[in-house]
Amino acid sequence: MKLLSGIGSVVLTFLAATGRVAVFAGSGLSHCFRPPFHGKQIIRQLIEVGFYCLPVVALTTLFSGMVLALQSYTGFARFSAESAVANVVVLSMTRELAPVLAGLMVAGRIGASMAAEIGTMRVTEQIDALSTLSTHPMKYLVVPRILAGLTMLPILVLIGDIIGVFGGYLVGVYRLGFNAVGYIEQSWSFVETLDVVSGLVKAGVFGFIVTLMGCYHGYMSRGGAQGVGIATTNAVVSSAILILVANYVITESFFSK
Amino acid sequence: MTKSSKITWRDVHLAFGPKQVLKGINLNVEKGESLVVIGGSGSGKSVLIKSVLGITKPDTGQVIVDDQDIVGCSARDREAVNAKIGMLFQGGALFDSISVWENVAFGLIQTGAARGSIARSRAIDVLGRVGLDKTVADLSPSELSGGMQKRVALARAIVNEPEIIFFDEPTTGLDPIMSDVINQLIVSCVRDLGATAVTITHDMASARTIADKVAMLYEGQIIWHAPVAQLDFPGNEFVEQFVHGRGEGPIQMTVRQ
Ligand SMILES: Nc1ncnc2c1ncn2[C@@H]1O[C@H](COP(=O)(O)OP(=O)(O)OP(=O)(O)O)[C@@H](O)[C@H]1O
Ligand SMILES: [Mg+2]
Repeated sequence: MKLLSGIGSVVLTFLAATGRVAVFAGSGLSHCFRPPFHGKQIIRQLIEVGFYCLPVVALTTLFSGMVLALQSYTGFARFSAESAVANVVVLSMTRELAPVLAGLMVAGRIGASMAAEIGTMRVTEQIDALSTLSTHPMKYLVVPRILAGLTMLPILVLIGDIIGVFGGYLVGVYRLGFNAVGYIEQSWSFVETLDVVSGLVKAGVFGFIVTLMGCYHGYMSRGGAQGVGIATTNAVVSSAILILVANYVITESFFSK
Repeated sequence: MTKSSKITWRDVHLAFGPKQVLKGINLNVEKGESLVVIGGSGSGKSVLIKSVLGITKPDTGQVIVDDQDIVGCSARDREAVNAKIGMLFQGGALFDSISVWENVAFGLIQTGAARGSIARSRAIDVLGRVGLDKTVADLSPSELSGGMQKRVALARAIVNEPEIIFFDEPTTGLDPIMSDVINQLIVSCVRDLGATAVTITHDMASARTIADKVAMLYEGQIIWHAPVAQLDFPGNEFVEQFVHGRGEGPIQMTVRQ
């Protein structure tokens, strides 16, 4: 009986939390389409997400592309399929690695700082102050961040795709002795539009998840510095889990035939 | 209730979880009147003010501003009411991501009342009235002392010349001379601008200067509400003890020795 009520209360808490996130997301999205728009805040967030995340995303995708080339070369040598390195790199970068790695890195880099900033504003009553100064906190704080996530992550991932393939190219050509032109040609002719597009769709969804979780946990934080700390952790952890789940769902919907 | 009443609380109850903070508040502030609310720490004075701004929602009862009940009103009505109100938060609640003058001019810029250099000069003007010179205008709020932050927050509350102004402990943390300057400023907001003011203070000298009427909040109810002239002979032993700051009396402080 105790076990049952325990499970029941966990399920109820989970459903309630899901409901609150859904309401928050719906309200955030609906405010995206209703004026006034805070252009300055939107630009600030676009820069924050797009520009300041570029180095981390570039580094992770570069090294992932390099290691992927090396791994698949040595692994595929077992059944004499070394020539497929370029194909493996371009396919896994565009479909999987660039969006997922970029999503996770941005969750750590941006999701956390959004939760901390908005959370601090909540506990120091700055969010209450906004509403007394003719400014809707959702429009001023949440909308710019969600828009930045939705638009900037696909751009970051597109850049990440190119850098990842370039990483594979570096290892393939300078370490494994592939022909430079041949490697590029092979990658280019093998990759399909759908591979790239599915990766960019993932990126948009992940960008939404990261910024939504950052804003939500910050917005709902309670109780001083400790509350803000909890909000930050929750934002990162929940983004990471949701990214991995969404990744599977999107892959399934694109490629299961 | 007279025809000119500006804010009325009618049987307002408000609880945080099991903790009942307001237990049937009945209070009326007339147009152009300056009311001072006194009461022990944690008695719910800040909550009382925030119930007008929609920051804390009463469980039952009515809060009437200009003949309109604003408990559970639509978001648009809420914005319209809040636009009439200036609020000095107890903790200041300055936006720490923007400069001092941008904080002060925030409401002006958001409502479109002024922008650019005009907004800036208005802000510097009002900063002057709270005793801050223009060298602080471009600093960040975190670079100011506690008392200076309080005065910036005060400037932000009055820059729009609102119809209703709430001051939550405006002189706490200020030296005696600056306190008097701020008291005079509040008096002039009421006299010159015709604003309706509700001030929370623990400073009896300040209460005598700025109040037309004084209300005392005790155990979730207004136990005394009278013109300031009666403060010395209130005919109420609770008020008497409070005003004279006596340890002995009907109000028992629960402290362990
Ligand atoms: N957001 C909140 N969540 C839970 N309880 C709260 C919240 N805000 C206020 N309270 C409780 O309500 C009571 C009244 O708080 P309030 O801030 O109005 O006190 P106050 O009269 O302004 O005191 P002070 O003079 O110290 O500022 C306190 O006991 C406080 O614990
Ligand atoms: Mg208070």
